[in-house]
Amino acid sequence: MPYRQTLSSIVGMLNRNDISSVELVQCFLNRIEEHSELNAFISVDAEEALKQARLSDEARARGSINSLSGIPIAHKDIFCTTAMATTCGSRMLKDFVSPYNATIVELLSKGGAILIGKTNMDEFAMGSSTETSWFGPTRNPWHKDHVPGGSSGGSAAAVAARLVPAATGTDTGGSIRQPAAFCGLTGLKPSYGRISRYGMIAYASSLDQGGPITQTAEDAARVLQIMAGFDKRDATSSNREVPNYLDHLQDPIAGLRIGVPRNFVDDAVHPEVVGAIHNSLKEFEKRGAKLVEISLPSCNAAIPCYYVIAPAEASSNLSRFDGIRYGYRTDSFDDLDELYKKTRGEGFGLEVKRRIMIGTFALSTGYYDAYYRKAQQIRRLISNEFESAFKKCDYIAGPTSPTTAFGLGEKTNDPVSMYLSDIFTISANLSGIPAISIPVGFDNRGLPIGLQLIGRSFDEQGLLNLAHSYQQVTHWHQEIPTEFS
Amino acid sequence: MPITKSAVQHIANLARIRIETTDIEQYTVDLSRILELFQQMDSMEVDDKEPLAHPQDIELRLRDDVVTEPEIRQKLQSVAPKIHQGLYSVPKIIE
Repeated sequence: MPYRQTLSSIVGMLNRNDISSVELVQCFLNRIEEHSELNAFISVDAEEALKQARLSDEARARGSINSLSGIPIAHKDIFCTTAMATTCGSRMLKDFVSPYNATIVELLSKGGAILIGKTNMDEFAMGSSTETSWFGPTRNPWHKDHVPGGSSGGSAAAVAARLVPAATGTDTGGSIRQPAAFCGLTGLKPSYGRISRYGMIAYASSLDQGGPITQTAEDAARVLQIMAGFDKRDATSSNREVPNYLDHLQDPIAGLRIGVPRNFVDDAVHPEVVGAIHNSLKEFEKRGAKLVEISLPSCNAAIPCYYVIAPAEASSNLSRFDGIRYGYRTDSFDDLDELYKKTRGEGFGLEVKRRIMIGTFALSTGYYDAYYRKAQQIRRLISNEFESAFKKCDYIAGPTSPTTAFGLGEKTNDPVSMYLSDIFTISANLSGIPAISIPVGFDNRGLPIGLQLIGRSFDEQGLLNLAHSYQQVTHWHQEIPTEFS
Repeated sequence: MPITKSAVQHIANLARIRIETTDIEQYTVDLSRILELFQQMDSMEVDDKEPLAHPQDIELRLRDDVVTEPEIRQKLQSVAPKIHQGLYSVPKIIE
């Protein structure tokens, strides 16, 4: 069954001609249709995907092969694509077809990957559950009454249910890592600047970063290899050289120091999550890593810090959605002001409007210093603390989320409760450093538990090594929800 | 710190978002709760720490002032709600 295989295994199958890309793509298209109840996809273009698969098989027969040739992939519906709509999970862009492709869409296409569809997400990436989408919530394949996490929940659900071998996501406050944790997957948020943001619709420009959601660290390395690199069209893109991530994946981890912050494993974390985290850390010790206790006290202020900065940036970024150049426009208006207000009032959902309002407030006269400036100073403190911590350790470990996937509707009436679930992920975004979530167990309801590893700036290689090393001696990443196996 | 309904209306105006009168109450409650969260920052000592606006120490790159992009106005405007002779059409602003 090809859909049970990792992306890396499928690459091998295609290279050995055990399967054609057409057969592979058809297999995944059938599964997507069979499991539409998950609502993981917003758009699927079966005809074009099969056409690309045929072209890929023909190219392969001529000897023209790229690293991801013939592999179907899904993109989070935040990446601009000319082939199908880019909606950001919003009424505001529900019919928007971008005139250009995002850089990572082009890179993965040149790398041979075949776009099968665009995945569901929290509206404009604002959310931690994929419940704020205009297109309805996505369900967690492990327990369909539970959320897949967010905002990249569609991508995570699609990979967990093996509707696609890998998918892309974006992470502004945890939106790759948390859904990866909730769905039993490997999700990597690279360093800020590692992956181009050109064509990635902006939520908070100093925090946003795209990345892969895959079954394994090896798969993540293959996808990251294609996505990473300098892009002159992104002013914040790093021109630091991209290493060959697969070359060093098997490097031993003996002697590496893993810092465990006291405040990352405390009373606020569910005991079953704590148990799985402790067990996973013992595995790292068995492989030769050393555990070091560290302290990151300023991370306790990360939530208010993030929820000032991100909405402030969002209030600016989303001001472009005004009904003039693209997207939704209200039907009736008497003047320009009414056009703007009604378009934005009708086009945006509740959470997006809440965050725009909070951001507008934080930047407004009289409050800028108390909120926005103070938050940026706390951001400096948090970033400095990570720098100090990385003098005592090489990586930092802890739970990705304080709980496993919560129930659909459980937190939708309480925005602050939803925000608190980001407690462990947002500090990496604030500091611009890379972090990965890998599956390390299940709770007694069969819901996955994720371990987060945080690294120094541009040490994606080290994170992938650590994750790969753990995955050589454990099986959590191989589990598939029964209904989808 | 609770926020008043008139403050919510003022913010909505700044953000150019129409909030229905029936929804103002809920927005006031929600935004007040979020502002309570912000109070956690009050106890943080930041001294005179330089604000961190951006995670990487980067400078904006400069390039030569030459045209590098093709003229694609029509393509870009093909997704607009209303175009008139190559211009974005909006309600009259000046009487």
